[in-house]
Amino acid sequence: MSSETLATFESSLQGVATVHTTDAESFTETLGEAIEEPAVGTALPHEGVSLADTSVVLDPSPSDIETAATGVTPAGLGIADYGTVTLPSGAAGEELVSLYAPRHVAVVAASDVVMDMPAAYERMGEEFAAGTDTQVLATGPSATADMGTLVEGVHGPSETHVLILEDR
Amino acid sequence: MSSRRDRADELRHLMETEGEAVGQNTRTVNQLTNYALQRFDDYEELRTAARGIKERAIADLPDLIDRVDEAVEANGGQVHVAQSAADANRIAERIMADQDAEKLVKSKSMTTEEIDVNDHLESAGYEVVETDLGEFVVQLADESPSHLIGPAMHKSADEIAALFNSELDPDEELSGDPIELTAFARERVGEHIREADVGMTGANFVVAESGTLMLVTNEGNARKTAVTPDTHIAVAGVEKLVPSLADLQPFTELIARTGTGQDITSYVSLLTPPVDTPIPDFETDEFRDADERSFHLILLDNGRMTMREDEDLRETLYCIRCGACNNSCANFQTVGGHGFGGETYTGGIGTGWEAGVHGLDSASDMNDLCTGCSRCEPKCPTKIDIPWINTVVRERLNHQGADGEDDLDFLVEGLTPDEEPTGTDLQKRFFGNIETVAKLGSLAPGLANAVASSRPGNWLLERVAGVDSRRDLPTLADETLREWYGSRGAQVSQPDRDVVLYPDLYTDYFDPDRGKAAVRALEALGCRVHVPPVPESGRAPLSQGMIETAREQAERVHGALVTHIDQGRDVVVVEPSDLAMFRSDYEHLLPERSFERVADHSYDVMEYVYGLLENGSEADALQSPEGDEEIAYHSHCQQRTLGLADYTTSVLDELGYDVRTSSVECCGMAGSFGYKREYYEMSVEVGEQLADDLGEVDDGERLIASGTSCQEQLDTLYERQVPHPVELLAPGSGR
Repeated sequence: MSSETLATFESSLQGVATVHTTDAESFTETLGEAIEEPAVGTALPHEGVSLADTSVVLDPSPSDIETAATGVTPAGLGIADYGTVTLPSGAAGEELVSLYAPRHVAVVAASDVVMDMPAAYERMGEEFAAGTDTQVLATGPSATADMGTLVEGVHGPSETHVLILEDR
Repeated sequence: MSSRRDRADELRHLMETEGEAVGQNTRTVNQLTNYALQRFDDYEELRTAARGIKERAIADLPDLIDRVDEAVEANGGQVHVAQSAADANRIAERIMADQDAEKLVKSKSMTTEEIDVNDHLESAGYEVVETDLGEFVVQLADESPSHLIGPAMHKSADEIAALFNSELDPDEELSGDPIELTAFARERVGEHIREADVGMTGANFVVAESGTLMLVTNEGNARKTAVTPDTHIAVAGVEKLVPSLADLQPFTELIARTGTGQDITSYVSLLTPPVDTPIPDFETDEFRDADERSFHLILLDNGRMTMREDEDLRETLYCIRCGACNNSCANFQTVGGHGFGGETYTGGIGTGWEAGVHGLDSASDMNDLCTGCSRCEPKCPTKIDIPWINTVVRERLNHQGADGEDDLDFLVEGLTPDEEPTGTDLQKRFFGNIETVAKLGSLAPGLANAVASSRPGNWLLERVAGVDSRRDLPTLADETLREWYGSRGAQVSQPDRDVVLYPDLYTDYFDPDRGKAAVRALEALGCRVHVPPVPESGRAPLSQGMIETAREQAERVHGALVTHIDQGRDVVVVEPSDLAMFRSDYEHLLPERSFERVADHSYDVMEYVYGLLENGSEADALQSPEGDEEIAYHSHCQQRTLGLADYTTSVLDELGYDVRTSSVECCGMAGSFGYKREYYEMSVEVGEQLADDLGEVDDGERLIASGTSCQEQLDTLYERQVPHPVELLAPGSGR
């Protein structure tokens, strides 16, 4: 990841998501700013970073997920050109947590931000081969134009936040 | 011919009821896609890649089916190959029964529309709920989708509110506020999803090596549908298979740009079911183990394997259903998908799909609405030659003899020395053989003009050929271009180069002035101009689906031009629709070498002038404006597709004109289309869009257009003469 990649990523995210840049040390504080309670989440893989010390409910029940105001999940990659995050999903229920709440917060390591789609597919190819074979490329909030004009927040979140861990 | 009148009535009704909503939606999306593609440098490269992947995948289809079967089974799911719609429905019903299911929620999928799975499952006693909001509306209204990706785009927000109020009994009456409507629909649909036993999705792509589905959505309903119930059924046409995950990359970057004008949709799901997500049970508030999930992939043939063997329809299988061809179509913008008809698919590539999966008859109405303007071509992410598919289907319909019982055949028979069987629609044969009509008429132009504009003449044209009496037919000139040229001959004795001016049918018989202007302009720039007898290009018969007649014409044109080309003479063409034949359509009509010889040496007249000026010819030799002269210019649709429109504006700029151009890409006239009685009003409606775009053209401004049809249409709309650009710059053209 170069600083150019990160700058492109942040600029592509403008207008589709709220960006928070932080580091491992300030993570808990920054996350507090990004979420609205009640919040649910799944464990983060990034070293030195955890949701355990936050107000985010880990291992939520279906009703927790359905009534949460915020869902927090890790992103596998950031794709700079598009302002996209990839959301791997598995047994922890990441797909449900990232989908049902009106606000989604994706946590991505700066080192996982790639410039373009070919680079993203290369990385995803490796991850698929290693067994992470279900991922969503998510870009901004869910939206529809079916009711006559663009409306954000349909079956998925109406508001998306991306939290970038600069030292990870 | 009451059927022509009925069709005109039907189209008028649609323009009145759905035209506004459809027009606004499609034009907006079309502009957004234009903008998205303009800023996307990799477009052509990725289209080429996407095309290659699709070509190879369709070629290897049997192998890919075997591979995906293995992969899905290894993942713990099941693949079912359904030969027909009935097969697919039986399979879906059996899965419902095996699961003791009652309710199925469904995300948007045209393939499930194709098999009418909703009707089938409902009649078997199951509840089916659409979760895409547009589909939800269409299902509630008991209508059919009017667009590939905007199924309810023919409905306004107020109409949707009225529908919800009457059908869904909301606590408080809904207004036409889209935010309120969306919130309400989300709640209702959300309940259904949480309660459902089975989720059914389509698939934009299916990866053979891993059994991964790609689902492209904005709303998120496909995500919820796939992951909330414990059973997932995906229904996909066999053509959705690609070999590997990496093959998805170009499509990920293309599909939203051409489809909606977004760079990417909100969600591109790459899921490999059965997924590992635990199953939420909202009643007990507990999760069940993901091992209890089941997944069924129904791969639908339903005519596709036959299309794969069909040299002309095969390309249809490269379609990724983005809808760009619908949005870029001026006629679609005007009447919408319901006017185009078709059982499932509509507009543009819909013709290929309907012909392939439902049969020729189902493609008939929409096929007639393709004018061959070709504006869909540059928008197709897999470079499908959509106008050609429409032409082929038209030919097959002609040969099927839809109107074969007409007792007026004998009247046209003498005028139509074509290669087409009796039974081909008389109107098509009249327009397809327009060269013969013009030739006969020109023997006595005064008489022919008088007959055509007389009441009995009008009646006959309307009755026999379906020519709308509200249109003025073009008037035959007293002297053809060739006659004029014959009496003067070539006039440059020591030329820099020798060129052939192609005497297209319209220029030759009806508007020789623009041909004369082209000759003078080229001569002024040092060319010796030849105007040999060359037959009609074949555009007229081709546009009527008379491919064999067009091929004969192409061969004759090639024969007439090839010696000139071998002598080093370039072929200069005034009429863009004929140039498009030479440069593009002949690829389908001539052997490759012959096509290339004609295509490589043919030029638009303004392109040629531009080239001469670039190569050192003096612009002073041409007529230039005396003061500030303003020009409103409308470029021809096919000229735009060939990428030639800029040459005209560049030359006019260089000469000192102040040029503005139309952004509406099609005039609506489209050769014979606007003359046809059933389409006259629609054609005028499309033309009005162009007039709105160009706005007022005051007396001080000149209105010019490159295409014959455009000139005719603008002539009608603005009630003034609309010359070809070359008429402005030829010395002594008498401005």
